[in-house]
Amino acid sequence: MMNAVVKPPRPKLRVATTSLAGCFGCHMSILDIDERLIDLLELVEFDRSPLTDIKHCGPCDIGIIEGGICNSENVHVLREFRANCKTLIAIGACAVNGGLPAQRNHLDLQEILLEIYQAGPVIDLDHARIPDDPELPLPLDKVHPIHEIVRIDYFIPGCPPSGDAIWTFLTELIAGRTPSLPYSQLHFD
Amino acid sequence: MPDSQTPNSQQSALREPTAEQRRHWRLVVEGVIAKHGARPEQLLQILIEIQEELSWLPLKVVTDVAERLSISRARVEGVVGFYSFLHTRPNGRFRVLFSNNIIDRMLGSQTMMDEMCRKLWLQPGKMSEDGLVSIGPTSCTGMGDQGPALLVNGMTITKLTHQRVNLISELIRKDTPLAQWPQDLFAVDDNIQRKDILLNSALKPGDALRAALANGPDALMEEMKKSKLRGRGGAGFTTAQKWDFCRQAPVDEALGRVVVCNADEGEPGTFKDRVLLTRYADLVFEGMTLAAYAIGAKKGFLYLRGEYRYLLAPLQEVLSARRAQGLLGASILSQTGFDFDIEIHMGAGAYVCGEETALLESLEGKRGTPRIRPPFPVTHGYLGRPTSVNNVETLASACLIATQGGDAFAKIGTAQSSGTKLLSISGDCAQPGIYEFPFGATIAEVLEACGATDVQAVQMGGASGVTLAPSEFSRKMAFEDVPTAGAFMIFDSGRDMFEVASNFVHFFAHESCGFCTPCRVGTSLLTGYLDKLSNGYGSKPDLAEIDTLNRVLKSTSHCGLGQAAANPILDGLKKFRPAYEKRMLHQDFEPAFNLDAALERARQITGRDDAGAHILEEQA
Ligand SMILES: Cc1cc2nc3c(=O)[nH]c(=O)nc-3n(C[C@H](O)[C@H](O)[C@H](O)COP(=O)(O)O)c2cc1C
Ligand code: SF4
Ligand code: SF4
Repeated sequence: MMNAVVKPPRPKLRVATTSLAGCFGCHMSILDIDERLIDLLELVEFDRSPLTDIKHCGPCDIGIIEGGICNSENVHVLREFRANCKTLIAIGACAVNGGLPAQRNHLDLQEILLEIYQAGPVIDLDHARIPDDPELPLPLDKVHPIHEIVRIDYFIPGCPPSGDAIWTFLTELIAGRTPSLPYSQLHFD
Repeated sequence: MPDSQTPNSQQSALREPTAEQRRHWRLVVEGVIAKHGARPEQLLQILIEIQEELSWLPLKVVTDVAERLSISRARVEGVVGFYSFLHTRPNGRFRVLFSNNIIDRMLGSQTMMDEMCRKLWLQPGKMSEDGLVSIGPTSCTGMGDQGPALLVNGMTITKLTHQRVNLISELIRKDTPLAQWPQDLFAVDDNIQRKDILLNSALKPGDALRAALANGPDALMEEMKKSKLRGRGGAGFTTAQKWDFCRQAPVDEALGRVVVCNADEGEPGTFKDRVLLTRYADLVFEGMTLAAYAIGAKKGFLYLRGEYRYLLAPLQEVLSARRAQGLLGASILSQTGFDFDIEIHMGAGAYVCGEETALLESLEGKRGTPRIRPPFPVTHGYLGRPTSVNNVETLASACLIATQGGDAFAKIGTAQSSGTKLLSISGDCAQPGIYEFPFGATIAEVLEACGATDVQAVQMGGASGVTLAPSEFSRKMAFEDVPTAGAFMIFDSGRDMFEVASNFVHFFAHESCGFCTPCRVGTSLLTGYLDKLSNGYGSKPDLAEIDTLNRVLKSTSHCGLGQAAANPILDGLKKFRPAYEKRMLHQDFEPAFNLDAALERARQITGRDDAGAHILEEQA
């Protein structure tokens, strides 16, 4: 009898995800692929991600970014992802366009901060002031989509994209095909 | 156009009007509606006329108009919001708009605008504190042969110089009513430089109509077919065929068919229709009447772009004279049953309304959103009636065919492009103005005629046309070679072709009607990339993105505006690539803006300057 050729298992792809100026809705949608998550875990392992609680991103095959860029910390995280991920994906309206957080873009930053920290329902009016602790990342004057800060390879539109769209996109990408979403997974009306 | 939103104007917009003001507003609304009848299709005209009286459209007035026309207020607001010349905020007693086309800019419009702003103490796009004046840019005003040009309260002033800017600033500062301004300020030259059959025409009012009436409508259609006349508005559709479709289309005889003359002339760098409407208005109206005779139309519209408001009164006079001569109205030239009259509708600053189905929407008093075709206007046009939409020059040319016959016309020009074409020549040449050339003339011949030397590029057909490099100057102006709607902008070797393309793309982004996503979003993404390049943050991957956007715009936009919006860059990248590459300062990707500078505001607000309050450049 001939020895059966044993195919070595394909090495798993490493995937990192993060939420910047987003609402975690896109991450909820990733979880929305339901039991297929188990199939996905056959193919990938997670690096930095809210799912693993790993704090810094190591070398990865795929990075998935939810949310736009609203402060300096977002910039640093995004750069870390770009430096470590071969393929970087913008997921959801906020990452793609700035989305809801970008609604502040037509207002002056100071006006917004004053409204929140002094004019709003403030508990201790005497000590109310705009936070200036060096621990805190400074907000940028405007919210930006992530492709304005680093090169982005793919965009998945939607707010959030459906679990099905995410599943289609990732499995296509992992299989080595250029992902393209069918119309039914792209329209929301 | 950015709506001027100074706190000041916001306050006065929100302030309750006095009882006296309310009475005045109501009176104006009633007067204008009485003139037009409470017909919703007159909405745009009604709003334009009310604004001419009040200088803006207070929301209370918007509500009154909606009530009087029995339409929703949302519909009225939708229309006001669409047209850049209509405002729901006070906008200065003097509203100054500088033509922003690349040709005006090359002639110094930007410095003059800045100068006027300085003199009158305000920022571009804003209204002065006292509500006296607002100053801003506007799309091409059709005065490229005598720029820089501006509009003040809708009236055109050309040939701006520092003296003129001074004078105008003074008049505004002294709050001098427009009627008392020196009249020579408002003079517009015709600048006719070269004439051929059309501009040499000595036809008198009625000549062409008499010739047509003598032989009947079928004979006229026959001559039109023989002439092989093609539309001068851009698309080059055979006119006889369009008229034929329209006259064959089933119609409710009581309502009749409709003839529309497209005088929107919004394509940057085009101004030949302006000259036809100034000097040859009888020929244009007679062409419309011929079309009406051929297709059996009762109603005609001239859709005049808002920028040519100064032509309205003279054109109305021509119409009255024609009515008095029996050339318009009931039983034209005593022919029973040949009833036709023409109404002039004004546009209000929307380039897309030159697109024929958007134009029809606008004529019906709606937002100028292009319709889905089919059905085509020839079967379902104005208010669903069969309608022929033709360019000004097309209609004027029909008069020559009616008098001299189709064969004579077809002899001129090339095999597929009969007759002559009016060119609006502007930019770097000795003699800008109107040139009439037979089709088939080469670019080089035209350049020679207008005294252009050291030419780097010619923009044919306006922003949506083609950019020609010197290696192509032996090509012919003709539908089968280089088609054109009439613009001919010349750029000498000192000009930066990137700036030219960028100006055009900003124009498209500004004029996109917003109906379809590829164009609404695509044009503004495109301007984002061009600004990125222009600010020195360009890198190789950006060119790839621009390329993708260009393809999306071309293949998925709903109308010609979006489809053409990428043309200037596509041509530019093909023919003037170094102008783009010299802006690619970076090998790898660069952010679109300075990240550290984007924190400056927050540093100021918090008083921080620690290491965490800065973003350093990335180490390569
Ligand atoms: C965005 C856009 C703008 C246009 N602007 C004009 C215009 O200003 N004047 C014009 O005659 N045609 C314009 N056209 C072409 C018209 O849609 C239409 O083809 C033309 O008026 C038909 O007349 P013709 O057959 O005599 O050329 C425009 C088309 C597009 C897509
Ligand atoms: S795209 Fe929608 S779901 Fe995703 S982060 Fe933004 S707001 Fe949340
Ligand atoms: S292509 Fe642009 S102008 Fe034309 S319909 Fe779409 S959004 Fe409007």
